[in-house]
Amino acid sequence: MVHIKRLQEHGNDIIAIIGEIDASSSIELDLTIAKSVGEGFSKILIDCSSLEYISSAGLGVFMSYIEEFKDKNIQMVLFGMKEKVANTFTILGLADLLHIRASKDEAKKLVDELSV
Amino acid sequence: MSYQYNIGCSLSNLKGIREFIRNSLKDSGISEIDMAAIILALDEMCSNLMIHAHHCNPDHLLELHIDVPEKGKLVFEIIDDGNVFNINQFHSDNINDLVHDKRKGGLGIRLVKSIMDNIEYFTRDSKNVCRLTKLIS
Repeated sequence: MVHIKRLQEHGNDIIAIIGEIDASSSIELDLTIAKSVGEGFSKILIDCSSLEYISSAGLGVFMSYIEEFKDKNIQMVLFGMKEKVANTFTILGLADLLHIRASKDEAKKLVDELSV
Repeated sequence: MSYQYNIGCSLSNLKGIREFIRNSLKDSGISEIDMAAIILALDEMCSNLMIHAHHCNPDHLLELHIDVPEKGKLVFEIIDDGNVFNINQFHSDNINDLVHDKRKGGLGIRLVKSIMDNIEYFTRDSKNVCRLTKLIS
């Protein structure tokens, strides 16, 4: 079960994932990111501080946007991951392909730098 | 100690599988990181079976067995009677190719092979058995 909330702050679209993302719920994450892109946001922050679990279905959602975001000059930064969640990204090597920061402030700083 | 859980092939049951694994292993002494990785691998295996071998039919059942036969080793068996979905027959795609192709799938098998130390398939009592072994320090 997952709850996803969106909040707009200084031109950033902040997407907070609360709960668990697995094969049954990854579509909700996908639709939320697609909606953010559809609304024209070019700076997307993913708040993972309340993300308790993510399976390959959720990781695949993030992976599938990497090329599209490069093409469209959209910046996405994930932040606040618990160690057990971060480890899943590391096992797959996705930690090297995505922008991940510890805190919201660091994520905001990075997304601004990448957007210049 | 041995534990068993029978579950219908609906993706909405994955959370119950994860809770069963966590409860079964809570006294095994494994680290939280190992626990999370094992839960992830078994979630991937069960969701693959539900989707590819059972087309998410909730009337089809999977049996999940957990056995702690000796210190330092955990054995998991997933038993079903659908079409065999043997992940050893699939190679793990290069992650850069998956990114380039904007694919959402293809990561689960890589995860399971990274986390588990051995994955074998055999038949017992006319059912498919996938046995996964994890060595723990």
